[in-house]
Amino acid sequence: MSSVRIEPALTTGDLGPVSTSFLELRDLRVHFPTGDGLVKSVDGLSYRLERGKTLGIVGESGSGKSVTSLAIMGLHKNTSARLSGEIWLDGEELITASAEHVRTLRGKKMAMIFQDPLSAMHPFYTVGNQIVEAYRIHHKVTKKAARAHAIDMLARVGIPQPKSRVDDYPHQFSGGMRQRAMIAMALSCDPELLIADEPTTALDVTVQAQILDLIRDLQQEFNSAVIIITHDLGVVAELADDIMVMYAGRSAEYASAEQVFGQPEHPYTWGLLGSMPRLDRDRSERLLPIKGTPPSLINVPLGCPFSPRCNYSGLVGDHACTTDRPEFRDVGGGHRIACHLSAQQRQQVWEDEIRPNL
Amino acid sequence: MTTAQSRPRAAKASGATDLLTVSGLQKHFPVRRGLLQRGKDAVKAVDGLDFTVARGETLSLVGESGCGKTTTGRMLTRLIEPSAGRIDFDGQDITHLSNSRMRPLRRDIQMIFQDPYSSLNPRHTVGAIVGAPFRLQKVQTEHGVKRAVQDLLKLVGLNPEHYNRYPYEFSGGQRQRIGIARTLALRPKLIVADEPVSALDVSIQAQVINLLEDLQNELDLTYVMIAHDLSIVRHVSDRVAVMYLGKIVEIGEQAGIYTQPMHPYTVALMSAVPVPDPTKRGQRTRIRLTGDVPSPLNPPPACRFNTRCWKAKDICRTEEPPLAELAPGHRVACHFPENIASTPAAAAEPAPAPAEAK
Repeated sequence: MSSVRIEPALTTGDLGPVSTSFLELRDLRVHFPTGDGLVKSVDGLSYRLERGKTLGIVGESGSGKSVTSLAIMGLHKNTSARLSGEIWLDGEELITASAEHVRTLRGKKMAMIFQDPLSAMHPFYTVGNQIVEAYRIHHKVTKKAARAHAIDMLARVGIPQPKSRVDDYPHQFSGGMRQRAMIAMALSCDPELLIADEPTTALDVTVQAQILDLIRDLQQEFNSAVIIITHDLGVVAELADDIMVMYAGRSAEYASAEQVFGQPEHPYTWGLLGSMPRLDRDRSERLLPIKGTPPSLINVPLGCPFSPRCNYSGLVGDHACTTDRPEFRDVGGGHRIACHLSAQQRQQVWEDEIRPNL
Repeated sequence: MTTAQSRPRAAKASGATDLLTVSGLQKHFPVRRGLLQRGKDAVKAVDGLDFTVARGETLSLVGESGCGKTTTGRMLTRLIEPSAGRIDFDGQDITHLSNSRMRPLRRDIQMIFQDPYSSLNPRHTVGAIVGAPFRLQKVQTEHGVKRAVQDLLKLVGLNPEHYNRYPYEFSGGQRQRIGIARTLALRPKLIVADEPVSALDVSIQAQVINLLEDLQNELDLTYVMIAHDLSIVRHVSDRVAVMYLGKIVEIGEQAGIYTQPMHPYTVALMSAVPVPDPTKRGQRTRIRLTGDVPSPLNPPPACRFNTRCWKAKDICRTEEPPLAELAPGHRVACHFPENIASTPAAAAEPAPAPAEAK
């Protein structure tokens, strides 16, 4: 796993070796020049994902979760975003690929479920038409066959009476149905990579449970790779094999779901776990929030971006947390973190202060 | 000064401690159709609520979207006019008070809104926003309005020097604190908080929840909390009312609702909450509710949950179950409640209860 860390390749012209993983990001950077300065939304992100696996990406708003997935999908405008690094999908590099080529990949090779289905669907076209359109781009079938496929997809995601609902407009659907229709649309071409950006945030728990089951079932059926982006730790715990915790455009921690919840190593992950009330534990008298607010991405703190909010930066000598950017390193068994604390310090803080309070 | 430990307040039965009493509260929104705009149908958003809120306690209203939580909150604050029923606040019937008669009471009943981005006027400074209640109510403060506002900002954990800043200069969590400061300006007795943290990031949610708890203890506030996140509701509430299609299906002490939910809907809601523990994945039995919430325009007859309930029998479609007290302080509207065996003393006959309510 340690080979994932790649030397920064700032020019996109000169690519590293072809990736053997299904999806691999190498030192991805997405920067937006604005009037106030350069917004470093994603600043050096690397990870891998294989077919049939689910990666959960957790982080607060502005941590670069969605910007990363839009970069994979090739949905950033050249005029407003500056991308560097490498995105390998099934042996092809996407950042250097032509926009026209990436367009042919969208839908069949990779698809995305957007957070807000009302704004992601076109209000002028029926739900069925929007599914048919995508399907017919990738499959040479008649309109009739495509329509039958759309009805089939709507039935699969649990839309009642799909034969008549296929001709409804998005506004005629309820929030949960709209989200399911979005999922039907994203899955209509059996994508090999499915990115679900906050797929259940706007939904009630009962509908959320249905959607999570649906994503899980469909993944098993098609052996797709799934990236699920959320700020709800419960959702990732339900679905993800691996979890990446992002903070200020960088990864703070990457490990298997069991490790992130059972033996988290990064102070930010501790903070997230402590600020969340849990139904599966006794009721705590008080939540343990993370102090302060997420940093501005224009002036990311020097050194560790989390240091101003971290309770344990004092344990590290030489003020390293405020001067040196911690390396994203393997601390054993594929568990990677970006933190200056020593293994002993982390172990001690976790056992003494964090675990008893969770 | 009450501490968090002293919560489940005892003297619930005697009406003397109740700050708010709601009986038979209804809100029907007429649907006007056709040339003559004659309305026959009505959206029965809230259809007969009975509950009380004791001084100093937190009652949470939970349920799926469209169940009438927000409508209820708006009626309690008299932002909309109830269609029927009665609201007693502090011993006074406020159901149909005129605007001018209501105005002095608005000091005592305040609201925290869900969206901190749309609930603050972008063209006013923080000082003007938080100071507005003093101006509107023509309240004389001891050291002038500015000083009072700065004290409030301090109280909610903001820098008093930010008096002259505009809302856009603050993050979501800070804006929500500004909203809370405004709410607290006139020292209300009752605060209706409509999803006060759902728009915030996890780490910030915990800060705001802790703030609301501290303020409750410090200022002896009574909260009616409207929320859909069941983990947060358990953390903040003394009592919980579960709503479904405009009716309360279960109401009781927080501990009772969460450990022994009796209404099948509550059981299903609880089971749908994702648990942040990947090791328990697949071990929990989750009740999948099928379909969506029926339209409140034409709710199912008798028990409104019968279309989605796995225990529904004929009686559920013909006779409305009364909201009966099946355990001390725990009322449930169901013909076939769950978890009833564990409280044999209060169980009475679980099956067809006498239809005394309607």
